[in-house]
Formats: sequence, structure tokens, C-alpha cells
Amino acid sequence: MIWSKVETLPRSEIEKIQLERLQETVNRVYEKVEPYRKKMDDAGVKPADIKSLKDLAKLPFVTKQDMRDNYPFGLFAVPRSELVRIHASSGTTGKPTVVGYTAKDLETWTECVARIACMGGATKDDVAQICFGYGMFTGALGLHYGLEKIGATIIPSSTGNSEKQIMYMKDFGTTLLVATPSYALRLAEVAHEIGVDPAKDLNVKIGLVGSELLTEAMREEMHKAWGKDMLVTSNYGMSELMGPGVSGECLELDGMHINEDFFIPEIINPETGEVLPAGEKGELVITCIMKEGIPLIRYRTKDITRLIYEPCKCGRTFCRMENLSGRSDDMLKIRGVNVFPSQIEEVILSFNELGPHYEIIVTRDGYTDKLEIRVELAHTTDSFGELERISNAVRNKLRIILGLDAKVKLESPNTLQRFEGKAKRIKDLRSK
Amino acid sequence: MVAKQLSVFIENRQGRLGEVLNVLKTNKVNILSLSLADTTEYGLLRLIVNNPELGKEKLAKEGFSTMLTSVIVLKITHEAGSLQDLLQILAEENINIEYMYGLSIEGDEASVVLKASDLTKADEILLSHGVKTLSTEEISNL
Repeated sequence: MIWSKVETLPRSEIEKIQLERLQETVNRVYEKVEPYRKKMDDAGVKPADIKSLKDLAKLPFVTKQDMRDNYPFGLFAVPRSELVRIHASSGTTGKPTVVGYTAKDLETWTECVARIACMGGATKDDVAQICFGYGMFTGALGLHYGLEKIGATIIPSSTGNSEKQIMYMKDFGTTLLVATPSYALRLAEVAHEIGVDPAKDLNVKIGLVGSELLTEAMREEMHKAWGKDMLVTSNYGMSELMGPGVSGECLELDGMHINEDFFIPEIINPETGEVLPAGEKGELVITCIMKEGIPLIRYRTKDITRLIYEPCKCGRTFCRMENLSGRSDDMLKIRGVNVFPSQIEEVILSFNELGPHYEIIVTRDGYTDKLEIRVELAHTTDSFGELERISNAVRNKLRIILGLDAKVKLESPNTLQRFEGKAKRIKDLRSK
Repeated sequence: MVAKQLSVFIENRQGRLGEVLNVLKTNKVNILSLSLADTTEYGLLRLIVNNPELGKEKLAKEGFSTMLTSVIVLKITHEAGSLQDLLQILAEENINIEYMYGLSIEGDEASVVLKASDLTKADEILLSHGVKTLSTEEISNL
């Protein structure tokens, strides 16, 4: 089902809406947000210079650093009294990034998420259990309001207390699960520990996963854990832009449709900032054209993807972004080689002998970077020969895929740390 | 006769062995023999106990990675060369021994635990040569 007619508009009409809203937004921020005015003046561009969508490239970028420099409310375009909600990122590396929503922003956000949930198969008949942490994080409340708008029955169970989560699923007949892929796998593990087979004893048929990237291998693990018929789709967003609801996968499972009437996507070369032609891979840059509280212009997401403008079989005309291949700031440079953690994950998950839990540890010994992968065995083994065979096979495959030699350490099942929110699997212990 | 060995996969860190033994002690699982093998990274504790199923269940509950492995426990005469004669029989049939450790000595008989590449075949060969292999129950009564 398609939630809104807008999602199927011809490209020319989408672009017309985009240009109108872009011009309005640029005028507004130039007038109301001092840091924007200064950035634009420095770049020698005035709102009147934006005559076509191509002119977007004339505008300066906004980065996370700009948000920190203007902490907390410096980039807001409305007086504080107009705000009805504040959210913030976790701020693991410094001050959190703060975003504010007007009443209209919350409506827009809810609409965005309703479309994405609908794309992922949600209907009013679903019982949706939201296992994202409620709080300053945008994930839980974003999905909450979007699914509520569709008419689904919400179970706001948040994260933690995994045994009780399984009990709710069983007793309340949960049909739809919202979680990070890693927490969804953890929940399946806990279910087995208490004698519940999620594929047989539960009725969870839809997984709307987000906040972490979903590789095809991870989708496969989700099917193994929750049943092969589970419909697992990923959706994308970030608090700076709105929260979840920027884009989501439809039933074709071939890229995430961007809500183009609210967001204009561009792909740039992350090194030079130059805009790349449609279809090329690079860093995703998003301009919010329907936000009042904090309308970011050309926000550098650091996420690496490419845009697909070819029509989708589902009937939507909104362009798609390929499922992420990584974040430019997650990218590890090891002995001069660029490594995305998702590449390592693909290798690990291609082995049946290994479970989906792993850690990536990078250290420096003198002048040499060392890469170590710790990964759990799917089943206990009693043979050193078997351990050696598995770790050599993993090492060889990593060498082929990454072009790097890595140390592979196999761990007993259930020993590595589990995560309820975003998994933190990378430990870069090199002093910067 | 194939017997059950309780195998525990343990990380090489201090106190881990003691933790395993403590679980067995609390649940009155008696150890008849054990072998501890390790590399720099992994340790494998292999145990012959009076109740391997109970041991596995209790250890798994405490979060240890355990499994039951099929092994052969056999009796040989306690004299020089008897083990070699026995291994010769298996070698001739292309049976590869993965590991082996001693279990007990009583009178003029000794018993050893043996894990081979093809355990069922090894058991049949030994049987046809008149070598006695023991069940878990028989071992418990040793």
C-alpha cells in the first residue's frame, strides 16, 4: 500500500515542489538564522541566486561541527516559544547535537514515518512493539507517532528487560518489531534461552529495523532468527534531519525511497565536496525543505550510498538510496587501506560456523596497524583442528575482500557484549 | 561402546577453570578423569564424569560453552607395548587419533580415553580384536 499520493508524482512535479520549498527555506534561514547568513555571505551567494535545483550546489554545507559551534539553539529558525519538543543525539564524541520541533514539524515527521512504515508493510491491524530506547533519542518517538498514525497498536516497551519483551510479544500478539538489527538478534537469543522459538512460537511477521545499517547478510541473520517469512526492511534517518523517516525500503527490497517532497538528496565526493552525477557512490548530503525548527541546508550525513532514479516496481516515483555501505567516519584506515566495518560483517556472516556477534579491534604496534576480529562461534566445538580451520578460512576471506591480514579470534557463544541500541562493535585503540 | 565426554570451551583467563570445577562440585558431578589442552588463545577442558548430561545442563545454565562429545574408553593390559599394539590396529585401518588421555589404573589393567576420526568404525575394529570398550555407566562404576 502507498500512504500518500505524493509518493507517485511525476518527476517534474516533484522537482517543482522541491524548488518552491527550497527557495522559501533559503529565504527564511538567510533572514532568521545568523550563522547561515554569514556562511552564505562568505560564499558570495544570496537567496535570489537559487533559481533552479542545480543552484543548490552554490550553497555552503552544514556539518555536525556547525551544530556544535552553535550549541544548543544557534541554528534554530524560530523563537524558543514556538518549539514543542527538543531531541538530542547521544553526543558520544563531545556536546550533543540538539534539534527542536514546532507543532508543524511533528506533523511532518509523523507523516514521513507513516509513509515509511506503510512501505515496510505496516497496517492498522499490526501490533507494533517498539524496542528502541525512549528518551532524547529520536528513533522510538519517531516510529511511535508514525505507526500510531497508521492505526497500529503500539507497545512502547523501549529497550532492556529482554525476557519481558518476549513475554509481551507472546501475550499481546506482537506482529511488528521495531529495533536495531543487533537488538532484534539479541531478543531472539533471549527467546531461545527461555524456551521460546521466535519463528514458531511468536507471530512477529514484520521487522522495521533502523539506526544501524542493514547489510544483506544481516537481513539473512534476521530471517534465521525470526523466521524465513519475516519481512525485514530498513529505514533511514538521523536526528539532525528529523529522526527516522527520511527514507525507507519498500517491499521490493531494492533501496530506500527518500521522502523527496521534504528532503532533497545529493551525492558528493567526500574529499572535494563536488556534486557527483546520479548513480555514483559518495557521501549523502540532505537539504530539509519542510522544516521550521531547524532547517538544515546541505547537511553532510557522512553516510556513503548512491541514488537510484529509475522507477521502482512498487509504483513510487521518489528516488531511492541504496542501503548504506558505511559511514565515512566509520571508515577505518588500516595500513593505508580503507575498510568499512560492513565489509568485515559480510565476511563473518558468510560462515555458518559463526554467530552474528563480533568486535573489530584496531591497535598500533610501533608504526604498524593491527586488525583483530573477535567473533563468536555459533556452536561450541571440542576440536582445535576445527577452530584452526574456521579461523584460517575467515582470515583468508578477509584477506581477499579487504586486502589486509587480520588476526581472527574465535570466542565461545554468548561471551561478547550485547547491545540494546546502536551496536558499538569497533574499538579503534590507535592514539589519534 | 561409545561413551560421552563433557567438553568445555574456555577462554584462557585466570580463574575460569576453577569456575567450571565449582559448578560441577555444587551439583555433585564427580570427575573421573580430565584433560586440559590449550593454545595461546583457547582452552579446551575435556572431562569424563559420572553424569555428563547433568554436568552439561548445569554448566550451560551458568553460561559456559559445553558439549557432549563421543569418545571411546577402553581397557588395556597394564604392560609395556600394549598401547602401541592397539594403535597399530587402528593405524592399519586408517583411523586417525585426534587426542587421548589416561583414565585409571587398577591391578594389571589400565584404561584410556580416545577420540578418533571415525569413532564408530574404530569401536567396531577394537571390538573385533577383542578389546573391551566401556559405556558411561560402566565408567562410573570403575
